[in-house]
Amino acid sequence: MFAYTIRRIFTMIPTLIAISIIVFVIIQLPPGDYLSTYIAELQAQGEGVDQQRIDFLREQYGLDEPMWQQYLTWVTGLLQGDLGYSFEYQLPVNEVVGDRLLLTFVISVVTILFTYAVSFPIGVYTAVKQYSIGDYTLSFIGFLGLATPNFLLALVLLYFANVVFGTSIGGLMDPEYVNQPWSWGKVGSVLEHLWVPVVVIGTSGTAAMIRRLRANLLDELNKQYVITGLAKGLPPGRLLIKYPLRLAINPFISDIGNLLPQVVSGAAVVSVVLDLPTTGQMLIGALKSQDMYLAGSFLMFLATLTVIGMLLSDLALAVLDPRIRLEGKAER
Amino acid sequence: MSSSDQSQSMGGPPRGRIPHTVDDQPFDPGGDEVLTPEQERLYMASQWRMMWLKFRRHKLAVISGALLLALYLSILVSEVLAPYNLHSRFTDHIYAPPQSVHLFHEGEFVGPFVYGYEKKLNMETLEREYTSNPDDVQPLRFFCSGDSYRFWDLFQADFHLVCPAEGGTLFLLGTDRLGRDMLSRIIYGARISLTIGLLGIAISFLLGISIGGAAGYYGGWVDSTAQRSIEIVRSFPEIPLWLALSAVLPVTWSPIWVYFGITVILGLLDWPGLARAVRSKLLSLREEDFAVAAQLMGARPRRIIFRHLLPSFASHLIASATLSIPTMILGETALSFLGLGLRPPITSWGVLLSEAQNINVVALYPWLMLPVVPVIVVVLAFNFLGDGLRDAADPYR
Repeated sequence: MFAYTIRRIFTMIPTLIAISIIVFVIIQLPPGDYLSTYIAELQAQGEGVDQQRIDFLREQYGLDEPMWQQYLTWVTGLLQGDLGYSFEYQLPVNEVVGDRLLLTFVISVVTILFTYAVSFPIGVYTAVKQYSIGDYTLSFIGFLGLATPNFLLALVLLYFANVVFGTSIGGLMDPEYVNQPWSWGKVGSVLEHLWVPVVVIGTSGTAAMIRRLRANLLDELNKQYVITGLAKGLPPGRLLIKYPLRLAINPFISDIGNLLPQVVSGAAVVSVVLDLPTTGQMLIGALKSQDMYLAGSFLMFLATLTVIGMLLSDLALAVLDPRIRLEGKAER
Repeated sequence: MSSSDQSQSMGGPPRGRIPHTVDDQPFDPGGDEVLTPEQERLYMASQWRMMWLKFRRHKLAVISGALLLALYLSILVSEVLAPYNLHSRFTDHIYAPPQSVHLFHEGEFVGPFVYGYEKKLNMETLEREYTSNPDDVQPLRFFCSGDSYRFWDLFQADFHLVCPAEGGTLFLLGTDRLGRDMLSRIIYGARISLTIGLLGIAISFLLGISIGGAAGYYGGWVDSTAQRSIEIVRSFPEIPLWLALSAVLPVTWSPIWVYFGITVILGLLDWPGLARAVRSKLLSLREEDFAVAAQLMGARPRRIIFRHLLPSFASHLIASATLSIPTMILGETALSFLGLGLRPPITSWGVLLSEAQNINVVALYPWLMLPVVPVIVVVLAFNFLGDGLRDAADPYR
């Protein structure tokens, strides 16, 4: 297991390097370097350009140096926790993000837990009671969840949360806690606001998960060993938990690899509608104003989150399934 | 189907004693194997015909397929179907609520008509309040001339399927903040929203088949390179990457180029799933005898892949492509909603939905959210169709 973990962590490194290269290319894609855009913008607004500052930035990002060196500067910065410099806010990205990385992480984790907690029982139920009214109803709701754009669901839920529960609109906490140090009251307020984004982001993932678990479990339930077990008098519930469920659950766990990018994506869109203080909203703002360093750092953060999630799912699979652990290859 | 029918026609296990009978017909050893013409048709059916027969039994999939076909046909004649033009503005009717169609006026049959609006400005909230005026009967006109348009930019015409009464209005789904008819805009929006998925899937198909095909057929380093790149593309969260790529589309591009740019972006990031499926299928198929035979006869890899291997799982590919079109439609909707996708004057359902961005809309003008209905319907239809196709394509079901 230890050897497998080490090996798996090492295969992560080339992936991360490749991702960082792609992100860097995206940062560079807009024509002209960002500094000249920035200067042009300042001049267009009739503001004076602080030459000293520009020289400082130019030097810090090595804009006069060849591309690969710029890339190295950027990556070393990232590794040291320096996310770059936001031209829009005129602050280092580190200071702009504040709690955002943490909150993004919290939302993603809670959403994943929500997805598993909801889809597991429903998936098992719909498979065991195939073609029952419950199966049809739940499958139909699942399909609707899959097909509704989640930003719109967010709007509607937000409206109802406000009308029914009186939750304040937008944000992840009541206005009085914004920019306050963390306290229990703040945590409570966050929890009160958290459910809307979690439900909204989780819906499509949950729907997909239910369908997959249902299909997997149905495949197993139709196999002969199940009939044999039943014929030998094994109680159905015990049989279900002991054999088909354990086989069907593998893809369910490994699916976190699919789920996590989906959750991170969904969170980005939903955060705009719900005005969540997470990375997604800022990423989109940064992209709109072509503040590419800020955007690149966020993109890198989100991708890293995904890669780590996949690592965790592989490790969980390895714990569950000795075949994977021993062969050293995760089937995905 | 046939086997179950047959066993049923023979009846269940006999009850009681079977009477002893001797058939006076001469014994014909091949007799059991003579097929009725109906069976013969079924057993000799080609693979595609079998799929069609199986597909036809999947009611929901057939309905979805028909619906999608109708929708796609409708985009050929959007101009005729829409009561107004895409950009017709009615400044007197801003944020007008939907009008409903009635048949009877004061107990008398008039045919389809709508009641006219009565507008007043609420001086306290400064909202425009519309009520329908029960005396103002505006019968609809059918096959009529209304707003003039250039049909596919080819020739001038003003023929519409349905128009408002002379001097009347027909806003079946209400109007937006510039007083444009939502129904017409949704009908025009279908043109963009429906095609973007098709173009995107074409690109993703091409990439997926070539990369997955090469990986599966050659194996070795080609395979591991492809596998690695698939892994890398897949570990990006989709929407942020879409957003980033579409944000770098030059602002100087004309809307139509942006449209193509977005399709390419959607397609470029969708291929890994398909490539993976192609690869694993090819890996198992190339070991089959017919593939080895072709190889021994000196066929080139390209011929073997496209002529011998691909047809074996083409059906499967079509099904999985159908299932990934909705992702693209939803992706475009999200991009445009966030203002990083298509830009007006190009109108897609996502662009329309971007008007419904804040909570006031839900409270005051809920009809601005209506473009979500076609999105949901199309996405569901593609899902059902894809499910049906997948079941039909699977020979072991």
